[in-house]
Amino acid sequence: MLKNITIGQYFPGETIIHRLDPRVKLIATFALIIALFFINRFYPYILVVAFILAVIKLSKVPFSFVIKGLKPLYMIIGITFLINVFMTRGEILFEIGPLDVTKEGLIQATFMALRLIFLVMITSLLTLTTSPISLTDGIERLLKPLSKVGVPAHELAMMMTIALRFIPTLLEETDKIMKAQMARGADFESGNIMNRAKSLVPLLVPLFVSAFRRADELAMAMEARCYRGGENRTRMKELKYQRADFVALGITGLLIAIIIICRYI
Amino acid sequence: MSIKIENLTFIYNENTPFESKALDNINLEINDGEFVGLIGHTGSGKSTLIQHLNGLLKPTSGTIKIGDVDITEKGISLKEIRQKVGLVFQYPEHQLFEETVYKDIAFGPQNLGLSEEEIDKRVREAMELVGLDFEAISERSPFELSGGQKRRVAIAGVLAMKPEVLVLDEPTAGLDPKGRDDILGQIQNLYEKNKMTIILVSHSMEDIARLVNKIIVMHKSKVAMVGTPREIFKRAEELESLGLGAPQITYFMKAFKSKGHEVREDVLTVQEAKEEILKYLRRIKNA
Repeated sequence: MLKNITIGQYFPGETIIHRLDPRVKLIATFALIIALFFINRFYPYILVVAFILAVIKLSKVPFSFVIKGLKPLYMIIGITFLINVFMTRGEILFEIGPLDVTKEGLIQATFMALRLIFLVMITSLLTLTTSPISLTDGIERLLKPLSKVGVPAHELAMMMTIALRFIPTLLEETDKIMKAQMARGADFESGNIMNRAKSLVPLLVPLFVSAFRRADELAMAMEARCYRGGENRTRMKELKYQRADFVALGITGLLIAIIIICRYI
Repeated sequence: MSIKIENLTFIYNENTPFESKALDNINLEINDGEFVGLIGHTGSGKSTLIQHLNGLLKPTSGTIKIGDVDITEKGISLKEIRQKVGLVFQYPEHQLFEETVYKDIAFGPQNLGLSEEEIDKRVREAMELVGLDFEAISERSPFELSGGQKRRVAIAGVLAMKPEVLVLDEPTAGLDPKGRDDILGQIQNLYEKNKMTIILVSHSMEDIARLVNKIIVMHKSKVAMVGTPREIFKRAEELESLGLGAPQITYFMKAFKSKGHEVREDVLTVQEAKEEILKYLRRIKNA
Protein backbone atom coordinates (compact mmCIF):
# COMPACT_ATOMS: atom_id res chain seq x y z
CA MET A 1 0.00 0.00 0.00
CA LEU A 2 2.75 2.39 0.95
CA LYS A 3 5.26 0.71 -1.31
CA ASN A 4 4.55 3.03 -4.26
CA ILE A 5 5.72 6.13 -2.42
CA THR A 6 9.33 6.89 -3.19
CA ILE A 7 10.88 9.56 -1.06
CA GLY A 8 14.50 10.60 -1.16
CA GLN A 9 14.74 9.25 -4.69
CA TYR A 10 18.51 8.88 -4.65
CA PHE A 11 19.85 6.76 -7.49
CA PRO A 12 23.15 5.34 -6.19
CA GLY A 13 26.15 5.51 -8.49
CA GLU A 14 29.85 6.19 -8.69
CA THR A 15 29.92 8.62 -11.59
CA ILE A 16 31.61 11.99 -11.81
CA ILE A 17 28.26 13.70 -11.26
CA HIS A 18 27.65 11.69 -8.10
CA ARG A 19 31.11 12.55 -6.79
CA LEU A 20 30.80 16.29 -7.31
CA ASP A 21 30.80 18.37 -4.16
CA PRO A 22 27.19 18.79 -2.98
CA ARG A 23 27.79 22.52 -2.58
CA VAL A 24 28.69 22.78 -6.25
CA LYS A 25 25.57 20.88 -7.25
CA LEU A 26 23.38 23.01 -5.02
CA ILE A 27 24.80 26.29 -6.27
CA ALA A 28 24.68 25.19 -9.90
CA THR A 29 21.09 24.01 -9.53
CA PHE A 30 19.89 27.27 -7.99
CA ALA A 31 21.80 29.42 -10.44
CA LEU A 32 20.42 27.45 -13.39
CA ILE A 33 16.86 27.68 -12.11
CA ILE A 34 17.14 31.44 -11.84
CA ALA A 35 18.79 31.61 -15.26
CA LEU A 36 15.88 29.67 -16.76
CA PHE A 37 13.66 32.67 -16.12
CA PHE A 38 16.01 34.94 -18.05
CA ILE A 39 15.43 33.06 -21.27
CA ASN A 40 13.20 34.97 -23.69
CA ARG A 41 13.86 33.21 -27.00
CA PHE A 42 13.96 29.65 -28.12
CA TYR A 43 17.52 28.91 -29.02
CA PRO A 44 19.06 29.16 -25.50
CA TYR A 45 16.75 26.27 -24.61
CA ILE A 46 18.73 24.10 -27.04
CA LEU A 47 21.80 24.71 -24.87
CA VAL A 48 19.84 23.90 -21.71
CA VAL A 49 18.53 20.65 -23.21
CA ALA A 50 22.05 19.72 -24.33
CA PHE A 51 23.35 20.48 -20.83
CA ILE A 52 20.66 18.40 -19.11
CA LEU A 53 21.13 15.48 -21.50
CA ALA A 54 24.89 15.60 -20.97
CA VAL A 55 24.43 15.50 -17.19
CA ILE A 56 21.98 12.58 -17.46
CA LYS A 57 24.42 10.72 -19.71
CA LEU A 58 27.34 11.35 -17.34
CA SER A 59 25.39 10.39 -14.21
CA LYS A 60 24.14 7.10 -15.77
CA VAL A 61 20.69 7.72 -14.26
CA PRO A 62 18.07 6.08 -16.51
CA PHE A 63 16.25 8.74 -18.51
CA SER A 64 12.90 7.33 -17.38
CA PHE A 65 13.78 8.18 -13.76
CA VAL A 66 14.22 11.84 -14.61
CA ILE A 67 10.96 11.85 -16.53
CA LYS A 68 9.19 10.15 -13.63
CA GLY A 69 9.85 13.27 -11.56
CA LEU A 70 7.57 15.16 -13.96
CA LYS A 71 4.60 12.87 -13.47
CA PRO A 72 3.07 14.52 -10.39
CA LEU A 73 3.37 17.88 -12.16
CA TYR A 74 1.55 17.10 -15.42
CA MET A 75 -1.53 18.88 -14.09
CA ILE A 76 0.30 21.97 -12.92
CA ILE A 77 2.25 22.26 -16.17
CA GLY A 78 -0.96 21.76 -18.17
CA ILE A 79 -2.90 24.37 -16.21
CA THR A 80 -0.04 26.88 -16.40
CA PHE A 81 0.10 26.35 -20.14
CA LEU A 82 -3.64 26.88 -20.62
CA ILE A 83 -3.82 29.96 -18.41
CA ASN A 84 -0.97 31.55 -20.30
CA VAL A 85 -2.47 30.68 -23.67
CA PHE A 86 -5.81 32.28 -22.86
CA MET A 87 -4.80 35.16 -20.63
CA THR A 88 -2.16 36.85 -22.75
CA ARG A 89 -3.35 39.70 -24.95
CA GLY A 90 -2.02 40.26 -28.44
CA GLU A 91 -2.47 39.24 -32.05
CA ILE A 92 -5.44 36.88 -32.19
CA LEU A 93 -4.80 33.65 -34.08
CA PHE A 94 -8.17 31.96 -33.55
CA GLU A 95 -10.99 31.80 -31.03
CA ILE A 96 -12.41 28.95 -28.99
CA GLY A 97 -15.82 30.08 -27.77
CA PRO A 98 -15.32 33.19 -25.64
CA LEU A 99 -11.57 32.55 -25.36
CA ASP A 100 -8.95 34.08 -27.64
CA VAL A 101 -5.78 32.28 -28.56
CA THR A 102 -3.05 34.79 -29.31
CA LYS A 103 0.37 34.38 -30.83
CA GLU A 104 1.97 36.01 -27.79
CA GLY A 105 -0.07 33.72 -25.55
CA LEU A 106 1.18 30.58 -27.26
CA ILE A 107 4.78 31.71 -27.06
CA GLN A 108 4.45 32.76 -23.43
CA ALA A 109 2.71 29.47 -22.53
CA THR A 110 5.37 27.37 -24.22
CA PHE A 111 8.08 29.29 -22.38
CA MET A 112 6.38 28.77 -19.04
CA ALA A 113 5.82 25.07 -19.66
CA LEU A 114 9.41 24.56 -20.80
CA ARG A 115 10.71 26.45 -17.76
CA LEU A 116 8.69 24.28 -15.40
CA ILE A 117 9.76 21.08 -17.13
CA PHE A 118 13.44 22.01 -17.06
CA LEU A 119 13.16 23.25 -13.47
CA VAL A 120 11.77 19.91 -12.34
CA MET A 121 14.31 17.95 -14.39
CA ILE A 122 17.25 19.90 -12.97
CA THR A 123 16.11 19.53 -9.38
CA SER A 124 15.37 15.83 -9.85
CA LEU A 125 18.87 15.40 -11.21
CA LEU A 126 20.19 17.02 -8.04
CA THR A 127 18.30 14.68 -5.71
CA LEU A 128 18.87 11.65 -7.93
CA THR A 129 22.63 12.04 -7.87
CA THR A 130 23.16 13.34 -4.34
CA SER A 131 22.50 11.21 -1.26
CA PRO A 132 20.29 12.96 1.31
CA ILE A 133 23.13 13.02 3.81
CA SER A 134 25.60 14.78 1.54
CA LEU A 135 22.81 17.13 0.49
CA THR A 136 22.27 18.28 4.07
CA ASP A 137 26.03 18.46 4.52
CA GLY A 138 26.22 20.78 1.56
CA ILE A 139 23.36 22.93 2.84
CA GLU A 140 25.01 23.20 6.23
CA ARG A 141 28.30 24.37 4.74
CA LEU A 142 26.57 26.84 2.44
CA LEU A 143 24.58 28.32 5.32
CA LYS A 144 27.59 28.47 7.64
CA PRO A 145 28.50 32.09 6.87
CA LEU A 146 24.96 33.02 7.90
CA SER A 147 25.46 31.61 11.39
CA LYS A 148 27.31 34.84 12.19
CA VAL A 149 24.02 36.69 11.86
CA GLY A 150 22.20 34.13 13.95
CA VAL A 151 21.01 31.53 11.44
CA PRO A 152 21.30 28.14 13.19
CA ALA A 153 22.91 26.42 10.19
CA HIS A 154 24.06 23.28 11.93
CA GLU A 155 20.78 22.80 13.77
CA LEU A 156 18.80 23.20 10.56
CA ALA A 157 20.96 20.65 8.78
CA MET A 158 20.74 18.24 11.72
CA MET A 159 16.96 18.57 11.74
CA MET A 160 16.83 17.79 8.03
CA THR A 161 19.11 14.79 8.43
CA ILE A 162 17.01 13.39 11.25
CA ALA A 163 13.78 14.01 9.38
CA LEU A 164 15.12 12.18 6.32
CA ARG A 165 16.42 9.36 8.48
CA PHE A 166 13.00 8.81 10.03
CA ILE A 167 10.89 8.79 6.87
CA PRO A 168 11.36 5.06 6.21
CA THR A 169 10.91 4.27 9.92
CA LEU A 170 7.63 6.14 10.07
CA LEU A 171 6.41 4.54 6.85
CA GLU A 172 7.12 1.13 8.35
CA GLU A 173 5.34 2.14 11.56
CA THR A 174 2.34 3.39 9.59
CA ASP A 175 2.14 0.10 7.75
CA LYS A 176 2.28 -1.82 11.03
CA ILE A 177 -0.39 0.24 12.79
CA MET A 178 -2.59 0.15 9.71
CA LYS A 179 -2.42 -3.64 9.70
CA ALA A 180 -3.09 -3.84 13.43
CA GLN A 181 -6.23 -1.71 13.03
CA MET A 182 -7.31 -3.62 9.95
CA ALA A 183 -7.02 -6.80 12.03
CA ARG A 184 -9.63 -5.15 14.28
CA GLY A 185 -11.91 -4.57 11.33
CA ALA A 186 -10.89 -1.00 10.48
CA ASP A 187 -11.51 0.03 6.90
CA PHE A 188 -9.24 2.65 5.34
CA GLU A 189 -10.31 2.29 1.76
CA SER A 190 -14.03 2.70 1.33
CA GLY A 191 -16.68 5.23 2.31
CA ASN A 192 -17.05 8.94 1.57
CA ILE A 193 -14.52 11.63 2.41
CA MET A 194 -15.89 12.28 5.91
CA ASN A 195 -15.81 8.60 6.83
CA ARG A 196 -12.36 8.20 5.39
CA ALA A 197 -11.03 11.18 7.32
CA LYS A 198 -12.58 9.75 10.47
CA SER A 199 -11.08 6.35 9.84
CA LEU A 200 -7.63 7.93 9.93
CA VAL A 201 -7.92 8.72 13.65
CA PRO A 202 -7.01 5.16 14.73
CA LEU A 203 -3.96 5.46 12.49
CA LEU A 204 -2.79 8.99 13.29
CA VAL A 205 -3.08 8.93 17.07
CA PRO A 206 -0.78 5.92 17.56
CA LEU A 207 1.54 7.30 14.88
CA PHE A 208 1.92 10.63 16.69
CA VAL A 209 2.36 8.92 20.03
CA SER A 210 5.13 6.77 18.63
CA ALA A 211 6.77 9.67 16.77
CA PHE A 212 6.95 11.66 20.00
CA ARG A 213 8.27 8.64 21.86
CA ARG A 214 10.95 8.12 19.24
CA ALA A 215 11.90 11.80 19.30
CA ASP A 216 12.23 11.64 23.06
CA GLU A 217 14.38 8.54 22.94
CA LEU A 218 16.57 9.97 20.20
CA ALA A 219 17.13 13.20 22.12
CA MET A 220 18.08 11.19 25.18
CA ALA A 221 20.46 8.96 23.21
CA MET A 222 22.10 12.00 21.61
CA GLU A 223 22.56 13.72 24.94
CA ALA A 224 23.95 10.53 26.45
CA ARG A 225 26.66 10.79 23.81
CA CYS A 226 27.31 14.44 24.69
CA TYR A 227 25.82 15.98 21.56
CA ARG A 228 26.13 19.74 21.87
CA GLY A 229 25.26 21.22 18.51
CA GLY A 230 27.31 23.15 16.02
CA GLU A 231 30.04 25.07 17.76
CA ASN A 232 33.57 23.66 17.43
CA ARG A 233 32.20 20.47 15.99
CA THR A 234 34.52 18.68 13.56
CA ARG A 235 33.30 16.27 10.95
CA MET A 236 34.39 12.89 9.71
CA LYS A 237 34.01 13.80 6.04
CA GLU A 238 35.26 17.30 5.32
CA LEU A 239 33.94 18.72 2.08
CA LYS A 240 36.78 19.82 -0.18
CA TYR A 241 36.55 21.25 -3.68
CA GLN A 242 38.32 19.08 -6.26
CA ARG A 243 39.35 19.98 -9.77
CA ALA A 244 36.18 18.45 -11.21
CA ASP A 245 34.14 20.78 -9.01
CA PHE A 246 35.79 23.87 -10.48
CA VAL A 247 35.32 22.49 -14.00
CA ALA A 248 31.62 21.84 -13.27
CA LEU A 249 31.16 25.32 -11.84
CA GLY A 250 32.97 26.76 -14.85
CA ILE A 251 30.75 24.98 -17.36
CA THR A 252 27.57 25.92 -15.54
CA GLY A 253 28.80 29.53 -15.22
CA LEU A 254 29.50 29.65 -18.92
CA LEU A 255 26.03 28.34 -19.75
CA ILE A 256 24.40 30.90 -17.48
CA ALA A 257 26.52 33.67 -18.94
CA ILE A 258 25.43 32.73 -22.47
CA ILE A 259 21.79 32.64 -21.39
CA ILE A 260 22.01 36.11 -19.86
CA ILE A 261 23.92 37.56 -22.81
CA CYS A 262 21.32 36.14 -25.19
CA ARG A 263 18.65 38.09 -23.40
CA TYR A 264 20.30 41.46 -23.80
CA ILE A 265 21.60 41.32 -27.35
CA MET B 1 -11.80 -23.57 13.32
CA SER B 2 -9.19 -25.44 11.30
CA ILE B 3 -6.61 -23.85 9.05
CA LYS B 4 -5.18 -25.47 5.96
CA ILE B 5 -2.33 -23.89 4.02
CA GLU B 6 -1.28 -25.31 0.67
CA ASN B 7 1.77 -24.39 -1.43
CA LEU B 8 1.82 -20.88 0.02
CA THR B 9 4.52 -18.65 -1.44
CA PHE B 10 4.91 -14.95 -0.78
CA ILE B 11 7.40 -12.60 -2.41
CA TYR B 12 7.96 -9.06 -1.13
CA ASN B 13 8.45 -6.33 -3.75
CA GLU B 14 7.99 -8.70 -6.65
CA ASN B 15 9.60 -7.61 -9.93
CA THR B 16 11.78 -4.94 -8.32
CA PRO B 17 15.48 -5.03 -7.44
CA PHE B 18 14.40 -5.44 -3.79
CA GLU B 19 12.52 -8.69 -4.41
CA SER B 20 12.78 -11.23 -1.59
CA LYS B 21 11.03 -14.50 -0.92
CA ALA B 22 9.49 -14.39 2.56
CA LEU B 23 7.55 -17.64 2.34
CA ASP B 24 8.54 -20.56 0.18
CA ASN B 25 5.99 -23.29 -0.56
CA ILE B 26 4.47 -23.63 2.89
CA ASN B 27 2.16 -26.58 3.56
CA LEU B 28 0.53 -26.70 6.98
CA GLU B 29 -2.52 -27.99 8.73
CA ILE B 30 -3.74 -26.62 12.04
CA ASN B 31 -6.72 -28.46 13.50
CA ASP B 32 -9.62 -27.06 15.44
CA GLY B 33 -8.76 -26.70 19.12
CA GLU B 34 -5.01 -26.97 18.78
CA PHE B 35 -2.55 -24.80 20.66
CA VAL B 36 0.27 -24.26 18.21
CA GLY B 37 3.68 -22.75 18.92
CA LEU B 38 5.39 -21.06 15.99
CA ILE B 39 9.12 -20.69 16.45
CA GLY B 40 11.95 -19.60 14.21
CA HIS B 41 14.92 -17.35 13.93
CA THR B 42 14.32 -13.61 13.38
CA GLY B 43 13.46 -13.13 9.71
CA SER B 44 12.44 -16.75 9.16
CA GLY B 45 9.01 -15.71 7.92
CA LYS B 46 6.85 -16.18 11.03
CA SER B 47 5.33 -12.70 10.99
CA THR B 48 4.70 -12.87 7.25
CA LEU B 49 2.97 -16.21 7.69
CA ILE B 50 0.61 -15.04 10.42
CA GLN B 51 -0.36 -11.95 8.44
CA HIS B 52 -1.64 -14.27 5.75
CA LEU B 53 -4.01 -15.98 8.16
CA ASN B 54 -6.48 -13.10 8.22
CA GLY B 55 -5.90 -11.73 4.77
CA LEU B 56 -3.66 -8.78 5.65
CA LEU B 57 -1.20 -10.08 3.09
CA LYS B 58 -2.24 -11.75 -0.14
CA PRO B 59 -0.18 -14.77 -1.15
CA THR B 60 1.83 -14.62 -4.36
CA SER B 61 0.64 -18.17 -4.95
CA GLY B 62 -1.05 -20.96 -2.99
CA THR B 63 -4.22 -21.24 -0.95
CA ILE B 64 -5.26 -20.72 2.67
CA LYS B 65 -8.43 -22.30 3.96
CA ILE B 66 -10.00 -21.12 7.21
CA GLY B 67 -12.68 -23.67 8.01
CA ASP B 68 -14.21 -24.32 4.60
CA VAL B 69 -13.56 -20.84 3.26
CA ASP B 70 -10.68 -20.23 0.87
CA ILE B 71 -9.60 -16.73 1.84
CA THR B 72 -7.39 -16.30 -1.20
CA GLU B 73 -10.44 -16.34 -3.48
CA LYS B 74 -11.59 -13.08 -4.97
CA GLY B 75 -14.58 -11.28 -3.50
CA ILE B 76 -14.26 -12.90 -0.10
CA SER B 77 -15.46 -10.82 2.87
CA LEU B 78 -12.26 -9.87 4.65
CA LYS B 79 -14.20 -8.42 7.56
CA GLU B 80 -15.66 -11.83 8.26
CA ILE B 81 -12.23 -13.48 8.09
CA ARG B 82 -10.75 -10.85 10.40
CA GLN B 83 -13.54 -11.49 12.88
CA LYS B 84 -12.86 -15.23 12.82
CA VAL B 85 -9.09 -14.96 13.03
CA GLY B 86 -7.96 -12.49 15.69
CA LEU B 87 -4.41 -11.25 15.25
CA VAL B 88 -2.49 -9.68 18.12
CA PHE B 89 0.63 -7.98 16.78
CA GLN B 90 3.96 -7.56 18.50
CA TYR B 91 3.81 -4.68 20.99
CA PRO B 92 0.05 -4.37 20.45
CA GLU B 93 -0.13 -1.47 22.94
CA HIS B 94 1.27 0.74 20.15
CA GLN B 95 -2.07 0.55 18.38
CA LEU B 96 -4.13 2.07 21.23
CA PHE B 97 -5.71 5.37 20.24
CA GLU B 98 -9.00 6.07 22.01
CA GLU B 99 -9.68 8.37 24.94
CA THR B 100 -10.82 5.59 27.20
CA VAL B 101 -10.05 1.92 27.59
CA TYR B 102 -13.72 1.14 26.99
CA LYS B 103 -13.84 2.93 23.65
CA ASP B 104 -10.61 1.32 22.53
CA ILE B 105 -11.79 -2.19 23.21
CA ALA B 106 -15.14 -1.35 21.58
CA PHE B 107 -13.40 -0.34 18.33
CA GLY B 108 -13.33 -3.86 16.89
CA PRO B 109 -16.95 -4.80 17.74
CA GLN B 110 -18.10 -1.41 16.42
CA ASN B 111 -16.44 -2.13 13.09
CA LEU B 112 -18.42 -5.36 12.99
CA GLY B 113 -21.58 -3.27 13.22
CA LEU B 114 -22.91 -4.75 16.47
CA SER B 115 -25.57 -3.20 18.70
CA GLU B 116 -24.65 -1.03 21.70
CA GLU B 117 -25.75 -3.70 24.20
CA GLU B 118 -23.79 -6.41 22.43
CA ILE B 119 -20.72 -4.17 22.34
CA ASP B 120 -21.06 -3.39 26.05
CA LYS B 121 -21.37 -7.09 26.83
CA ARG B 122 -18.35 -7.95 24.75
CA VAL B 123 -16.16 -5.23 26.25
CA ARG B 124 -16.97 -6.48 29.76
CA GLU B 125 -16.28 -10.08 28.76
CA ALA B 126 -13.03 -9.25 27.01
CA MET B 127 -11.77 -7.24 29.99
CA GLU B 128 -12.58 -10.09 32.30
CA LEU B 129 -10.79 -12.58 30.05
CA VAL B 130 -7.56 -10.61 30.30
CA GLY B 131 -8.00 -9.90 34.01
CA LEU B 132 -8.74 -6.17 33.88
CA ASP B 133 -11.09 -4.62 36.43
CA PHE B 134 -13.97 -3.07 34.46
CA GLU B 135 -15.07 -0.62 37.18
CA ALA B 136 -11.58 0.65 37.90
CA ILE B 137 -10.12 0.91 34.41
CA SER B 138 -12.74 1.15 31.67
CA GLU B 139 -13.12 4.95 31.87
CA ARG B 140 -9.41 5.72 32.18
CA SER B 141 -7.16 6.75 29.32
CA PRO B 142 -5.22 3.78 27.95
CA PHE B 143 -2.11 5.96 27.82
CA GLU B 144 -1.85 6.32 31.58
CA LEU B 145 -1.82 2.60 32.31
CA SER B 146 1.26 0.46 33.00
CA GLY B 147 2.94 -1.45 30.17
CA GLY B 148 1.39 -4.78 31.12
CA GLN B 149 -2.08 -3.26 31.48
CA LYS B 150 -1.81 -1.49 28.11
CA ARG B 151 -0.94 -4.75 26.47
CA ARG B 152 -3.92 -6.46 28.07
CA VAL B 153 -6.20 -3.69 26.84
CA ALA B 154 -4.86 -4.26 23.33
CA ILE B 155 -5.38 -8.01 23.57
CA ALA B 156 -8.90 -7.42 24.92
CA GLY B 157 -9.51 -5.25 21.84
CA VAL B 158 -8.93 -8.30 19.67
CA LEU B 159 -10.80 -10.72 21.97
CA ALA B 160 -13.88 -8.47 21.90
CA MET B 161 -14.32 -9.48 18.27
CA LYS B 162 -14.82 -13.06 19.52
CA PRO B 163 -12.40 -14.73 17.16
CA GLU B 164 -12.37 -18.50 16.83
CA VAL B 165 -8.67 -18.55 16.12
CA LEU B 166 -6.33 -16.30 18.10
CA VAL B 167 -2.87 -15.55 16.75
CA LEU B 168 -0.40 -13.86 19.10
CA ASP B 169 2.97 -12.51 17.93
CA GLU B 170 5.31 -12.51 20.93
CA PRO B 171 2.69 -11.35 23.42
CA THR B 172 5.18 -11.28 26.31
CA ALA B 173 8.05 -9.35 24.71
CA GLY B 174 9.33 -6.62 27.02
CA LEU B 175 7.12 -7.48 30.00
CA ASP B 176 8.32 -8.14 33.55
CA PRO B 177 8.11 -11.74 34.87
CA LYS B 178 4.78 -11.18 36.59
CA GLY B 179 3.21 -9.51 33.57
CA ARG B 180 4.50 -12.34 31.42
CA ASP B 181 3.08 -15.07 33.66
CA ASP B 182 -0.27 -13.26 33.91
CA ILE B 183 -0.67 -12.97 30.17
CA LEU B 184 0.45 -16.52 29.46
CA GLY B 185 -1.94 -17.78 32.14
CA GLN B 186 -4.81 -15.90 30.50
CA ILE B 187 -3.88 -17.30 27.11
CA GLN B 188 -3.90 -20.81 28.56
CA ASN B 189 -7.33 -20.09 30.01
CA LEU B 190 -8.63 -18.98 26.63
CA TYR B 191 -7.44 -22.26 25.21
CA GLU B 192 -8.77 -24.49 27.97
CA LYS B 193 -12.02 -22.78 28.93
CA ASN B 194 -13.04 -20.97 25.76
CA LYS B 195 -11.81 -23.72 23.40
CA MET B 196 -10.07 -21.28 21.11
CA THR B 197 -7.55 -22.43 18.53
CA ILE B 198 -4.39 -20.56 19.43
CA ILE B 199 -1.21 -19.87 17.50
CA LEU B 200 1.57 -18.44 19.64
CA VAL B 201 4.75 -16.96 18.21
CA SER B 202 7.49 -16.84 20.82
CA HIS B 203 11.23 -16.87 21.30
CA SER B 204 10.94 -18.40 24.74
CA MET B 205 11.35 -22.15 24.41
CA GLU B 206 10.25 -22.51 28.05
CA ASP B 207 6.90 -20.86 27.37
CA ILE B 208 6.40 -22.86 24.21
CA ALA B 209 7.27 -26.14 25.94
CA ARG B 210 4.92 -25.41 28.81
CA LEU B 211 1.88 -24.33 26.83
CA VAL B 212 1.51 -25.72 23.34
CA ASN B 213 0.62 -29.14 21.99
CA LYS B 214 2.13 -28.71 18.54
CA ILE B 215 5.22 -26.86 17.33
CA ILE B 216 5.94 -25.48 13.88
CA VAL B 217 9.58 -24.56 13.27
CA MET B 218 10.32 -22.12 10.49
CA HIS B 219 13.68 -21.58 8.88
CA LYS B 220 14.64 -19.44 5.89
CA SER B 221 11.04 -18.98 4.67
CA LYS B 222 10.26 -22.69 4.90
CA VAL B 223 8.68 -25.01 7.43
CA ALA B 224 11.62 -26.93 8.89
CA MET B 225 9.83 -29.20 11.39
CA VAL B 226 6.34 -29.93 12.68
CA GLY B 227 5.58 -32.08 15.72
CA THR B 228 4.68 -32.29 19.38
CA PRO B 229 6.95 -30.40 21.79
CA ARG B 230 8.51 -33.68 22.91
CA GLU B 231 9.33 -34.69 19.35
CA ILE B 232 10.71 -31.30 18.46
CA PHE B 233 12.82 -30.61 21.55
CA LYS B 234 14.38 -34.06 21.30
CA ARG B 235 16.17 -32.67 18.26
CA ALA B 236 17.93 -29.97 20.27
CA GLU B 237 21.09 -29.99 18.18
CA GLU B 238 19.14 -29.58 14.98
CA LEU B 239 17.26 -26.68 16.57
CA GLU B 240 20.52 -25.07 17.56
CA SER B 241 21.76 -25.23 13.99
CA LEU B 242 18.64 -23.20 13.09
CA GLY B 243 19.51 -20.54 15.67
CA LEU B 244 17.00 -21.91 18.20
CA GLY B 245 17.28 -24.28 21.13
CA ALA B 246 15.47 -26.39 23.68
CA PRO B 247 14.26 -25.35 27.15
CA GLN B 248 17.05 -25.06 29.74
CA ILE B 249 15.60 -27.89 31.79
CA THR B 250 15.80 -30.24 28.78
CA TYR B 251 19.50 -29.43 28.47
CA PHE B 252 19.91 -30.04 32.19
CA MET B 253 18.30 -33.47 32.00
CA LYS B 254 20.51 -34.38 29.06
CA ALA B 255 23.64 -33.37 30.98
CA PHE B 256 22.37 -35.18 34.06
CA LYS B 257 21.84 -38.37 32.06
CA SER B 258 25.25 -38.14 30.43
CA LYS B 259 26.77 -38.28 33.92
CA GLY B 260 25.42 -41.81 34.18
CA HIS B 261 22.01 -41.22 35.75
CA GLU B 262 19.22 -43.21 34.16
CA VAL B 263 16.57 -40.50 33.61
CA ARG B 264 14.36 -39.55 30.68
CA GLU B 265 15.75 -36.90 28.35
CA ASP B 266 12.57 -35.62 26.79
CA VAL B 267 11.51 -33.56 29.78
CA LEU B 268 9.97 -30.19 29.00
CA THR B 269 9.16 -28.42 32.26
CA VAL B 270 10.74 -27.99 35.67
CA GLN B 271 7.73 -29.72 37.23
CA GLU B 272 8.20 -32.74 35.00
CA ALA B 273 11.93 -32.81 35.72
CA LYS B 274 11.29 -32.74 39.44
CA GLU B 275 8.97 -35.73 39.24
CA GLU B 276 11.36 -37.63 36.99
CA ILE B 277 14.32 -37.04 39.32
CA LEU B 278 12.31 -38.01 42.40
CA LYS B 279 11.22 -41.18 40.64
CA TYR B 280 14.82 -41.89 39.72
CA LEU B 281 16.04 -41.30 43.28
CA ARG B 282 13.40 -43.65 44.67
CA ARG B 283 14.39 -46.24 42.10
CA ILE B 284 18.06 -46.26 43.11
CA LYS B 285 17.16 -46.18 46.79
CA ASN B 286 15.03 -49.33 46.42
CA ALA B 287 17.55 -51.07 44.23
